[in-house]
Amino acid sequence: MTAYDFSFCGAQLSALPTGILWWPAQSLLCASDLHLGKSERTARRRGALIPPYEVRDTLNRLSAAIRTYDPATVVCLGDSFDDRQALDGLTPADRKHLASLMAGREWIWIEGNHDAGPVDIGGTHLREFARGALTFRHIAEPAASGEVSGHFHPKATVRTRGGSITRPCFLIDARRIILPSFGTYTGGLKTRDPALAGLMGEQAVAVLTGPAAVAVPMPRQAIVRRPSP
Amino acid sequence: MSGGMSELPDIFENWFQRRGWTVHAHQTALLERASAAATLLIAPTGGGKTLAGFLPSLLEIRQNPGQGLHTLYISPLKALAADIRRNLASPIAEMDLPVRVEDRTGDTSYSKKQRQRADPPDILLTTPESLALLLSYEDAPRIFGNLQRVIVDEAHALAESKRGDQLMLCLSRLQGLSPALRRVGLSATVEDPGALARFLAPHPAPSDILLAEPGPDPDISMLLTGEPPPWSGAGAVYSVPAVLQEIRKARTTLVFINTRAQAEIYFHALWQANEDDLPIGLHHGSLSREARDRVEAAMARGELRAIVCTGSLDLGIDWGNVDLVVQIGAPKNVKRLVQRIGRSNHRYNAPSRALIVPSNRFEIVECVAALQAVKEHDLDGDPRAQAPLDVLCQHILLIACGGPFDADALFAEVSGAGPYRALSRADFNACLGFCTTGGYALRAYDRWQRIVRRPDGLWQLRDPRRARSIRMNVGTIVDTETLAVRMKNRRGGTPLGEVEEAFAATLTPGDTFLIGGQTVRYEGLREMTVEVTKHPGRKPKIAVFSGTKFATSTQLSHRIIRFLQAGDWSALPRHTADWIDLQAQISQLPRAGRLLVESFQRQDIHHTCLYGFAGRNALQTLGLLLTRRMEDAGLQPMGFVSSDYALLIWGLEPVTDAAALLAPDGLRDGLDQWLGGNAVMKRSFRNIATIAGLIEKNLPGKRKTGRQATFSSDILYDTIRKYDPDHLLMRITRTEAMRGLVDFARIEEMLARTAGRIDHVCAPHVTPFAAPLLLEVGKVPVRGSADARLLAEESARLMQEAGLN
Repeated sequence: MTAYDFSFCGAQLSALPTGILWWPAQSLLCASDLHLGKSERTARRRGALIPPYEVRDTLNRLSAAIRTYDPATVVCLGDSFDDRQALDGLTPADRKHLASLMAGREWIWIEGNHDAGPVDIGGTHLREFARGALTFRHIAEPAASGEVSGHFHPKATVRTRGGSITRPCFLIDARRIILPSFGTYTGGLKTRDPALAGLMGEQAVAVLTGPAAVAVPMPRQAIVRRPSP
Repeated sequence: MSGGMSELPDIFENWFQRRGWTVHAHQTALLERASAAATLLIAPTGGGKTLAGFLPSLLEIRQNPGQGLHTLYISPLKALAADIRRNLASPIAEMDLPVRVEDRTGDTSYSKKQRQRADPPDILLTTPESLALLLSYEDAPRIFGNLQRVIVDEAHALAESKRGDQLMLCLSRLQGLSPALRRVGLSATVEDPGALARFLAPHPAPSDILLAEPGPDPDISMLLTGEPPPWSGAGAVYSVPAVLQEIRKARTTLVFINTRAQAEIYFHALWQANEDDLPIGLHHGSLSREARDRVEAAMARGELRAIVCTGSLDLGIDWGNVDLVVQIGAPKNVKRLVQRIGRSNHRYNAPSRALIVPSNRFEIVECVAALQAVKEHDLDGDPRAQAPLDVLCQHILLIACGGPFDADALFAEVSGAGPYRALSRADFNACLGFCTTGGYALRAYDRWQRIVRRPDGLWQLRDPRRARSIRMNVGTIVDTETLAVRMKNRRGGTPLGEVEEAFAATLTPGDTFLIGGQTVRYEGLREMTVEVTKHPGRKPKIAVFSGTKFATSTQLSHRIIRFLQAGDWSALPRHTADWIDLQAQISQLPRAGRLLVESFQRQDIHHTCLYGFAGRNALQTLGLLLTRRMEDAGLQPMGFVSSDYALLIWGLEPVTDAAALLAPDGLRDGLDQWLGGNAVMKRSFRNIATIAGLIEKNLPGKRKTGRQATFSSDILYDTIRKYDPDHLLMRITRTEAMRGLVDFARIEEMLARTAGRIDHVCAPHVTPFAAPLLLEVGKVPVRGSADARLLAEESARLMQEAGLN
């Protein structure tokens, strides 16, 4: 597993191939948009019975990272639950699994647009969280600096000589980092989307997740200037 | 009222006479058998087949009018239903029959549909999907309670897809609502009438087969042009001047071409050379309905000299004035060729005239083989699997929309459908389980069941409001995501057609592409619509359309192998014989008892071509197995594609030891494991999950808008495969993929036949025989270490270029 190591507002950080952000100096691990309980919510709201295994899968992957890094602090960057009722839908086994991950470390639940309000599972519930020069919040604020956020589920497409490859990605520039979504049942928003393009500076880098973390300049839509008719 | 009638009443006899028509023997025969539970009529085009189907209905309704819905006519095409309505109008009006005929398709207005349910006509013309919808309403028993006859038109075409399976389930339902129901299937010539009859008849009732006089043998030949066809390619644009000449000589010509993209290119090329401004139209499934209607209307008025079309015109609509059919590109399938040729000279007993135009040298060989097959009446057909369970899942949900049902009764009813006659109760229960809780090993959805069992034992929808979304997912045609294309103007934009979403994503403002025969300029995306402006002249991009993928049929590819192995080129034009000789010079010809393997480099990518002659399915499986070996050996394979005669693999490192790659030992190990993760399986899963109702089709207003909310069906597939590998949908996916993919016995036969006798040729460039494979559709990507290397390369290049290192 090759990580992408970079320096950001004075901090040495690693973008892991799994989509997790690791800050060794603070022993802090950050994952965004877990969307736990998505299948249960889908069944409840729309009646579609998609495979109910995403909580188990998401927690299994998170727990692999926690085993490897044994972080002192875990920050879940918002939209950790697909909605406020999703927690009730977790099976006892999933709840136990989550509790065992949380035990013995500082655990921060950042509030997201899907899971506003406190969660009833321990840990600290915050709108945003500051550590050193960095601020962790769910949705990026245009004027912010030293900001780590999630929400957009960015994904990037790279054209290679053997065809194009699309993967979820980190977006990183001098002022902000946007994390890919970590939840199993989450789609992605292309980096070409104006919502992302507007937030990131011209020198922004997209770090693709997958077998290894791979950096490319953030793919953007070409701007076509045409004389007005 | 269902007794046989051998005599036509005078009023009908007179009507035939006034038209100068004689009653065909099969029309009388069908009248005689009007009381049979099921009859299959096989007649060539132009034999008055449709009228034969309707005559008993017209007679019965005349004798006993006003009894509600008497006859249901089902065709695979909406346009055909409308066409039949017009055709029935004249006999009904001229004989003053008390018969009301209406059509009902996706295009019928909401108010008319409501009215039809309250007051059904005597004869209703519809499609399988519209029928499935009608049956999902609570008032279905009232609408269909007195139904006497069902006519299934183009039964041969329906039986080739899941649409036919769904239709047979619906007919079983109808049979339950009206036990006196009789069925008539109308079919073009098929290779196995017995199988089609068993498909159509209510099990275990027998089905009569009526074979009409076949017409005379078609007048069919290969169009040879002064200029030889190119080495490879599928466009056949070289043939434009010669085909234009043939169009000039004929009254009306249908030009069939295999894919929509090729139709666009060929149409464009025809018009560039069309100095006499002959009226030539274009018709394919990605054009807007308005555009297709315009062409069909112009054709019906006899204003067109030619139409360039795809499979969209394969079926039925009767244009009596067509006197020439041109098939561009090898026909791939002899049966389809014969059916297409039947479209010319829609007069019984007049030979159809047709020309085949090969689009490259290899296709000349294929065309020669196809012509021989037509001459020998050797039709091909690949048998389909019985009882697709995804279709059954959809059927159960639709039945639940109509009201409470009893599981035992439904099982009995379903087993009465031809394709489901061998369905086991266990499989039925698995489908029922899927419909209730999703059928997962982890019982997470007991609270959210879609259908629930009531205390009286009947099953019903837990939440009746779900009926709406279940109905919206009706049907078994799963399209790729497409976006509408509109000409930008003040009044909302003229619809031109649609392109695949993936193609639309590659466009940047200013790009030009071909659609509906014109070159347009991409202006931008607005509310999921591609806006374009007119922009003639510049060289356009070619839009990607899903279209139908044709595989050369097994029988036809066997003929080709025999032809190549016989070594007699006398039936071939000079240039093609030269081309085969060139293959022999650059590489060699495949030889009996040996396996020819070629390696060459093209655009920095290493290609390896194996001439296995084992059929597309087996070669595709071989592709999966060999790329796995290559991945293990560090050769970084990127993808492969197979045809019926060869397999082409490409990757970042060359294959140097073909014998080791093909060593039979351990080839089968991990086959299942490897199959599970590949793109072909994921593709099948998406279709199956959509039909079964796990993934919803596009709901109005819910169309994905590029927001992050949606995620791909691949993720669902990976998750079920990991946590619930025995789930029903995985089982269906495996069964379908195994049939489509794995023909392992033929791989073993091929390896035994060649027994390590491998001729490995390292060619300087692509060889004549390998070239067509580069253009073959259905390429399968291999997502492995090649991706990692390509990404790393690209990352290094781009980061350096952007000064970001």
